[in-house]
Amino acid sequence: MNKNLLWKLALIVGILLVFLFGIFGIPQRFSGQGLLSAMTNRIHLGLDLRGGTHLILQVQVNDAVNIDSDNAMETLKEQLNKRKIAFADISKPDPQNSPDKVVLKGVSPDGRKDLLDIVSERLPEYNLSSGADNTWVLTMKPQMLSDMKNKAVTQAIETIRNRIDSLGVSEPTIQEHGLGQYQILVQLPGVDDPGRVKDIMQSTAMLEIKQVLGGPYPSEQAALQEKGGVLPADAILMPGHAAPGTPGGEQSWYLVSRISAVRGKDLRDAQPSTDQNGQPNVRFQLTGEGGQRFYSFTSAHVGESLGVVLDGKVQEVANIKEAIRDTGEISGGSMSQQQAKDLSMILRSGALPAGIKYLEERTVGPSLGSDSIRHGVNAAIIGMLAVLIFMLVYYRGAGINADIALILNLIILLGFMGFFEAVLTLPGIAGVILTVGMGVDSNVLIFERIREELRNGKTPPSAVDQGFSHAWITIVDTHVTTIVSAAILFIFGTGPVRGFATTLTFGLLANLFTAVFVSRLIFDWILTRKQRGEALSI
Amino acid sequence: MEFFRNPNIDFLGKKWYFLAFSLVFSVAGVFSMLFWHHIPYGVDFRGGTLVYVKFSHPPDDNALRASMDRVGLRNAKIQRYGPPSNNEVLIDLDVQETNEQALDRGKTQIINTLETNAPAGKQDLNNSSSLAIKNYLMEKDPLHLGSDAEQRYTQQAQAVVDTRDKVQGGVLGSFDQLNGHVDPAVVASLKDGFFLSDFGVRNVEIVGPQVGAQLRKQAVLATVYSLAGMLIYLGFRFEWIYGVAAVVTVFHDTLITVGFFSLTKTDISLTVIAAILTLIGYSNNDTIVVFDRIRENIKLMRREKLSEIVNRSINQTLSRTILTAGLTFLTVLALFLFGGEVLHGFSLALVIGILIGTYSSIAIAAPILVAYQDWRIEKSKTSGRNARSGQVVAR
Repeated sequence: MNKNLLWKLALIVGILLVFLFGIFGIPQRFSGQGLLSAMTNRIHLGLDLRGGTHLILQVQVNDAVNIDSDNAMETLKEQLNKRKIAFADISKPDPQNSPDKVVLKGVSPDGRKDLLDIVSERLPEYNLSSGADNTWVLTMKPQMLSDMKNKAVTQAIETIRNRIDSLGVSEPTIQEHGLGQYQILVQLPGVDDPGRVKDIMQSTAMLEIKQVLGGPYPSEQAALQEKGGVLPADAILMPGHAAPGTPGGEQSWYLVSRISAVRGKDLRDAQPSTDQNGQPNVRFQLTGEGGQRFYSFTSAHVGESLGVVLDGKVQEVANIKEAIRDTGEISGGSMSQQQAKDLSMILRSGALPAGIKYLEERTVGPSLGSDSIRHGVNAAIIGMLAVLIFMLVYYRGAGINADIALILNLIILLGFMGFFEAVLTLPGIAGVILTVGMGVDSNVLIFERIREELRNGKTPPSAVDQGFSHAWITIVDTHVTTIVSAAILFIFGTGPVRGFATTLTFGLLANLFTAVFVSRLIFDWILTRKQRGEALSI
Repeated sequence: MEFFRNPNIDFLGKKWYFLAFSLVFSVAGVFSMLFWHHIPYGVDFRGGTLVYVKFSHPPDDNALRASMDRVGLRNAKIQRYGPPSNNEVLIDLDVQETNEQALDRGKTQIINTLETNAPAGKQDLNNSSSLAIKNYLMEKDPLHLGSDAEQRYTQQAQAVVDTRDKVQGGVLGSFDQLNGHVDPAVVASLKDGFFLSDFGVRNVEIVGPQVGAQLRKQAVLATVYSLAGMLIYLGFRFEWIYGVAAVVTVFHDTLITVGFFSLTKTDISLTVIAAILTLIGYSNNDTIVVFDRIRENIKLMRREKLSEIVNRSINQTLSRTILTAGLTFLTVLALFLFGGEVLHGFSLALVIGILIGTYSSIAIAAPILVAYQDWRIEKSKTSGRNARSGQVVAR
């Protein structure tokens, strides 16, 4: 064997070793079991093969915008009153679809300058435009609006990750789902009963402490009646748990201040605990700044009531006996120990900036996953054997050549997957099978061309040379177009389909190397051992 | 061994037969898509709820349908899934019963309906997660472990679930099947708190209407981009008419494959779209191999008519075309026969597509080139100018 061939052989062996390392790493044991576990350590199985839950959820980003514009509306109202500018009405006409829009009606014409000042000083994130009849419209600046929505999504991802991590789910995937607007993709391997996890993820956990201005009332109507049909502008009605022993229904209503004294972000810690009766509850502590605000709030309202509000529901109402600095508790109804544990975990992980809605849920039971693996692997082995045997029968000596190239192709493909931590899905296994089918195409192209050249009377060395050089152009064209399809699949697909695109692409790349370089080397080696004019087995 | 030695078949002479064949299939497919079965969207695209249930005994479809009707799931479709010995049923709710406000309501309703005569206060072991089992064991503590119980009971709960899902294939018939896999004291304790229903849920797919619409749009976009990508690449590598011919060919293949799915009313899922995109790549492969040969032969045989060159090129590559198609078909057939129910649609699309894709590269793509050529010569004749070289020249 000449030097040139030796170098190429060394290169191929080197590449083989590198990709074997990609598949197995450095295995602990060289038994079948040991190798299998080494392999599954490096090549991760997709949810459809190992079982688990796949969720797509959407962040209701308008919630986050509504909170901000509510505050803006309050600020504006407060400032207008302070500067004694008369106005007829201030409201948000369509919180559902344009949550950032606040409409101010009937402003006295001489208040114009003050109004502009207020907005530019206190509400720099908003644009103010004037309409007919002294009506003004306040809208959030477009840049701010999109920033706020995107931030809500990033924050939601962060919060959900914290919650899932503390549940102890291994290897979860939580990422923005680029295919839709404000969507998040969550994959939880091994979780086949998503009920509890979903509840925990969905809980907004928006904690607020508000002043209680009245209640409990048995119903909304009762509350309205007592207030003479109109609620004070700075107050809202909120549902809450009925006080023990209240007749009729489990729900009661409270009139609470619109503005919160303390918000979820002022929270430093929350722990499950028990009250004096041994009932499970959750104790929380506030941050320095939040505690300061809470202190000044409670000192100003000694003797009045405050309410702990979670996700828009009053959980606890207490009388303020003295100024409190930084602790509080939530019990609210009859909480189980598990619920107390979950709630404190959710509070610690932070509030979701906006509500979430589930759009898609797929659960694969582990029994189905292992069935799929068995079927997929069976089909792969049968398909592969059929191709290997056919090549041997049809091309004889050159068939061995093609078979070696194919096996090497598979090793490189799996090695790639190990290196890139790609995920193997059931369609991915199909991609492996298809790679075998399509990969053999390159060999067939080359061999048929060599046969043709031989028939035209060329000598074996020049037939091999011509065969490879003519087929090369075709092979590049066919591979590029297929990889283009696979790349588009990868960009547009999710989960299992992506797994398919990955294996197909890696397989075809590997095929360029094995079908052309490796196969050529084997031919050259055979030719160097042959006498001049001896026939080629093809 | 050799199947073809210097074949010499006049493919272009049979172009009218090919055209008739393709027209019949395309038109039948289009008719079915428009007026008959329409496009049978799978759950990915139409939205809805699919629950795959495995029973411990052969299920009674009529009784199932009656009990679904009773709870108001009137549109529930119930069909057997996989080989009959699997005792598996697929319950299909359409998108109207899949509300994004409470996405899993349909699923819960189905499970509650199937959960007949459940003893009061007991949980169903066949539909309990390992977490629920662990929590129960922690509470009862049948092994008297005290403080460090968590890890041990997690293991035991996992063993119960593994026995159910991996050894018994999803449903436990009796508590005795746990013996040997799980500690006897744990089994005894489980008998107190759990019962065994006659079914287990193997797989759930719930797709809300919004995601369905989103995926439909993406599937179309992906296909269009894929075709555009080919057109550009081939236009760049050959000449634009080659790109057009290839794209028309691939479009023909896609149309017939989707038409076949419509005619046979087989659901088109996400993986079927993946298969169709693969076919676009595969069929294009075949076309390129023939085109490459035509380009090469045009340089060698300057005097010949294009139709002669095209015919010769097809014949020269015929052996390769048939071999590759045959081998790929072999692997895809293995997938279709042994790949299991989950891959059924995917491998069916590949089986159909490879047959059509191979046929079309010979019967559609090459004749388009010749037809364009003839049209150009005809046009330059009628417009009175001299036909120039009269050949499609490749770069």
